[in-house]
Amino acid sequence: MTTLPSPRPGAAVQLLDVHKSYGRAVALRGVSVIIQPGEVVAMLGPNGAGKTTAISLMLGMRRPSAGRVRLFDRDPGDRAARSRCGVMLQESGVNDVLRVRETVAIFRAYYPHPLPTKRVLELAGLEDVATRTISTLSGGQRQRVYYALAICGDPEALFMDEPTAGMDVESRRAFIGDVRRYASEGRTVILSTHYLEEADQLADRVIVIDRGVIIADDSPAAIKSRVASRRVTFTVTPSATAADFVGLPISNLELRDQRVRFHSSHPEEALAAGFRRGWDIRNLEVVGADLEEAFVTLTANRASDHPQNRAAQ
Amino acid sequence: MRLGADTSPVAIPRLLSVQIRAVLLGYWRIPLFAIFTIGLPVMFFAFFGLPHLHQVETRHVSVGAYILASLGAYAVSNVLVYNVGIGQAQTRARKLDLLQRASPLPGWIAIAATMVGGLVLATCALAVLLLVGALAGVGLPLTHWGLLIVALVYGAVPMLGLGLTIGYLGSSGNLAPALASLIYLPMAFASGILIPLNQMPSIVRTIAPYLPLYQVGQLGWNAVGAANESALRAVLLTAVWGLVLGALAVYAYRLDQRRKFA
Repeated sequence: MTTLPSPRPGAAVQLLDVHKSYGRAVALRGVSVIIQPGEVVAMLGPNGAGKTTAISLMLGMRRPSAGRVRLFDRDPGDRAARSRCGVMLQESGVNDVLRVRETVAIFRAYYPHPLPTKRVLELAGLEDVATRTISTLSGGQRQRVYYALAICGDPEALFMDEPTAGMDVESRRAFIGDVRRYASEGRTVILSTHYLEEADQLADRVIVIDRGVIIADDSPAAIKSRVASRRVTFTVTPSATAADFVGLPISNLELRDQRVRFHSSHPEEALAAGFRRGWDIRNLEVVGADLEEAFVTLTANRASDHPQNRAAQ
Repeated sequence: MRLGADTSPVAIPRLLSVQIRAVLLGYWRIPLFAIFTIGLPVMFFAFFGLPHLHQVETRHVSVGAYILASLGAYAVSNVLVYNVGIGQAQTRARKLDLLQRASPLPGWIAIAATMVGGLVLATCALAVLLLVGALAGVGLPLTHWGLLIVALVYGAVPMLGLGLTIGYLGSSGNLAPALASLIYLPMAFASGILIPLNQMPSIVRTIAPYLPLYQVGQLGWNAVGAANESALRAVLLTAVWGLVLGALAVYAYRLDQRRKFA
């Protein structure tokens, strides 16, 4: 018997052993997340991992099949709770015959203590297009409108479901800068992304979701170190075979001619063992693995732990 | 940013007024739509009404007044079926409903504002038509003008149910206009508000009393003293139609909500 986690007062968001299925399709299977005010959390995972479902549940847009969801210690459908949240959805739209300024003015009126319209347009970089009809905007400008609508209520918690999808490199960089500035004022930010770089740049906590289960929940640095803290590359003569590495604390071994590459959380031990075996090592490089590699390792490990999961893909 | 307890939500009346203004602004920004909505009944009046303005029917009612009441029924219903129906389908097609659902705006406020906005636009369309009629020389006592507006706006309320049903069933922006035309136009002809029923085939005359738009026509004709059925009967049957079409709209709404937010 497992005991169900119980809600703790003071948290911004709580998912407690939440399950969600759509008909026979299972989207989340037993997810527990507690997010404290001021945390900047990235939910990372491949398409269909359950990120959007998790955010929909947090906002009360969908109901869990089992488990509990709390938003600012209230039911997530509660208006008082929602009045403290700003939201940028992955799929949504506005009445595009209206102008940018009008749309911002309408949405800010939904909130008890909104920012001035002028300030919202400034923060979202929309001053130049404020009087334009939304239907005439580019995709990137539209994303900025959605960002403006998310922050116009001066929310304590900002929810964004893949906010940079469809942005080019330049606007993505600018956008990440804006969100960082916004988050630095002590606000809670919860965003989903499948851009690992984004999670690394923005978040102080990364939750990795895969096939409806949380497989990691830690700081970006800790996730990197936990899975494969170092990437080791070198050349060796004569060329090595996989058998030479048996019993060493390494993963993701790649061999190509004389080049060797692997991940290890204990590279010193691995290399010491290698030297004892008499490897002639040249061009040695030991670097910290980036989040992308950590992520691949995390999801790959899990797939090999559960062959039935891989078959289901 | 303010933290915690002092963030009580925005008061409901304020949200409602903001949202009604948003709906009306949306109508205002589609000139073609508004011209079609307000201009078409006026154009029909120019075609059918003006040539026979002062002919007098058997019940001492001028043909002009009769046609004005008929086209008034057409004008208000037109707005509530087309503008509300297509507007709601567009809100869904644009996925504005998703964003509203995630915002502090209660869902019922969004719907109420859509309904009130539709009724305001319908009243405007009617007012323009009546003004044109009055300027063209249709003479009615002042109380009749007022009665005509009240009767027709009341009579058209069930059409809100039809409009919203179309809005929630029409899954794309394109399906809803087709659905609206397919249902509304034949019904308008068969109810005698575009062409008088005595000029229609007998089969149509048999069907007409069972159509909701027929009651809107009866209410209008009662207001100008040209009806062949009692006002009370039309008022009651309109209420019945309101319940029937309202229930249909609720059903369509629930289908939509279950798909998106279950």
